[in-house]
Amino acid sequence: MKQFFAFVEKEFYHIFRDKATMLIILLMPVVQVLIFGFAITTDIQNTEIGILDLSGTPDSRALVQKIDAGPYFQVTARISSTDQLESLFKKGDIKIALVIPPDFSDDMAMGQGTQVQLVTDASNPNEASIVNGYLQSIIGAYSLERYPGDAPKSTSIETRMLYNPQLKSAYTFVPGVIGLVLMLICTLMTSVSIVRERELGTMEALLVAPSKPICIIFAKTVPYFAVSLFNLLVIILLSIFAFDVPIRGSFLMFFLASITYIFTSLCLGIFISTVSRTQQIAMIISLMGLMLPTVLLSGLMFPIESMPAVLQGLSYLLPARWFIEMGRIIMIKGLGFGYIWMQWTILMGMAVVFLGLSVRGFKVRLT
Amino acid sequence: METSVVASLVSKSFGHGNHRVQALDGVSLRVGKGELFGIIGPDGSGKTTLFRILASLMLPDKGRAYIEDFDTVSQYRDIRKIIGYMPGRFSLYQDLSVEENLRFFATLFGSDIEKSYPDIRPIYRYLEPFRTRKAGKLSGGMKQKLALCCALIHAPKVLLLDEPTTGVDPVSRMEFWGMLDLLKAKGITVIASTPYMNEAMRCQRLCFLQNGKVVGCDTPENIRHAFPFKVFSVKSADKSRLLGDLRKFPACHACYPFGAYHHFYYKEGSLRMEELESYLASLQHEEIKIKESEPTIEDCFMNLMSQGGTDGN
Ligand SMILES: Nc1ncnc2c1ncn2[C@@H]1O[C@H](COP(=O)(O)OP(=O)(O)O)[C@@H](O)[C@H]1O
Ligand SMILES: [Mg+2]
Repeated sequence: MKQFFAFVEKEFYHIFRDKATMLIILLMPVVQVLIFGFAITTDIQNTEIGILDLSGTPDSRALVQKIDAGPYFQVTARISSTDQLESLFKKGDIKIALVIPPDFSDDMAMGQGTQVQLVTDASNPNEASIVNGYLQSIIGAYSLERYPGDAPKSTSIETRMLYNPQLKSAYTFVPGVIGLVLMLICTLMTSVSIVRERELGTMEALLVAPSKPICIIFAKTVPYFAVSLFNLLVIILLSIFAFDVPIRGSFLMFFLASITYIFTSLCLGIFISTVSRTQQIAMIISLMGLMLPTVLLSGLMFPIESMPAVLQGLSYLLPARWFIEMGRIIMIKGLGFGYIWMQWTILMGMAVVFLGLSVRGFKVRLT
Repeated sequence: METSVVASLVSKSFGHGNHRVQALDGVSLRVGKGELFGIIGPDGSGKTTLFRILASLMLPDKGRAYIEDFDTVSQYRDIRKIIGYMPGRFSLYQDLSVEENLRFFATLFGSDIEKSYPDIRPIYRYLEPFRTRKAGKLSGGMKQKLALCCALIHAPKVLLLDEPTTGVDPVSRMEFWGMLDLLKAKGITVIASTPYMNEAMRCQRLCFLQNGKVVGCDTPENIRHAFPFKVFSVKSADKSRLLGDLRKFPACHACYPFGAYHHFYYKEGSLRMEELESYLASLQHEEIKIKESEPTIEDCFMNLMSQGGTDGN
């Protein structure tokens, strides 16, 4: 046990004395939150939209007016037929169009789910999904206003409204950024620091010690665990104070989800260290094999639902995907463990697998 | 003498097919308790591989090795408790201070600085003034002393030192060997490899490794007595032409450059100094200087190596 603590202490020295490491630890979370919070915030304003009103009722006209009046959309084209719609898209004159079906008014009056069609150019699936959300909420608000007694049953409207009433997309990026930063700290730094010892030859001196090698490896993870908790706190505080992100669900639950994710990422880092011969390889695996897919596929930047099936399948393999889902469920939807147990179990399962593989792959000798 | 370390017919190869390298090829040795044992061999002769196998850090392909009667393969845990190992590359933490390194390794081996202070004091006193300096900022000699301290901190019975003085200044090298003498006096078995012949003389017994084979193993005195030739040290104004001309001389067994002089080996009685002198004079060599020399350990080494080379072919 004393050996374990000596190890942890030594590891902290490495972290605190390396300027590059300190810089990453202190700056990365802040920079990431700011970048995602300000630059990539996909809030929309005055988005140009075309309208094809096949209903032509007072209901539909009032809806169009409401859309135009708000700060988010600007109706720039009133389209008269499906053919015209198509040609306008082909010419690139419009990027987004709303098609109001002929029976829009009847459905609304009868309190059934209204069916409007949103046509977007697929070049930016992310924007499309956000526009979609905004439009749905406007339509929802409109029908509530119009028929307060029996609001439409369209679930899609209700869901969007419930989780993100202020239409702030800033909320959804927070779990994503946490997922990304923790992945970097836990996986990249842990694997590189283990492989570094092997490369520098210090592992040779450690291996001849009578302590169990597995104890060495566990001791390596403790400081990064602590650093991860620190970064988690920084990101949460920054999100709350700089972006007014509320945590709706239980804070404890969010903490549990994060710790699970940290644990999985650490195990993954250990696993990467057992398969990498050099620091560069460990870095490439962590950055190209993990960080890039995490940014692109985990739902951090692009909605998973709009990805091709192959990529959706790939995203199942990313720990970050499950963490981001949990994070959104807890932070934004405010739901409890009953709604995240599947993601939580998957993460724990991954951790066990990585740990098992690393223990098997870990050598008590040099190769 | 009681036996401390044994290697018997240890072989180890790396790589596959055409890239296969036979790093060790049937190496056997026996080192007594409290002996200061030297391993000499050129780069790539398998010294490091041998140390790693003895330290239980590598598995031999064939053969067995024992340290204090523990098998290096099956009883590696016991072995790691009683050996101190200093790898060839400086392998302490450069960003930790002298004291932090020492404390860390002490704890790692279940000891502490205070407890083992008497053991390491003769070495640590050189380091004490730099206690708070980062290991990365120490001179080569200081680094080696620190590494030795770290290897000694748990009072090992056997010390394995892989080229401990390579890249260290001559004064520190002498100091370092002085320390090994102290350890030997305490009954610790020390096995050290070195590329420096003058250091090899300080070992009680020496083992020559070449291409993974032991080509000679004895005390330095016996090795020198067994040298089968007489030696002339020869010098002239044009050193490089001289070497070629000496080698062309019929009575020459072999000739190697040794600093300012060339060492010329010949069978006893086959040659007089004047004959060699007139031969060189006839070839217009100037400032010729010839003297008889005792064979050094390096002469023996060169000779063993050349024999090993012809055996290998
Ligand atoms: N881990 C390894 N993988 C592949 N080849 C190795 C390895 N270690 C040593 N060798 C090869 O084995 C031979 C002996 O090396 P080594 O034991 O390091 O010799 P020395 O320490 O005397 O210089 C060399 O040819 C070297 O290239
Ligand atoms: Mg070597």
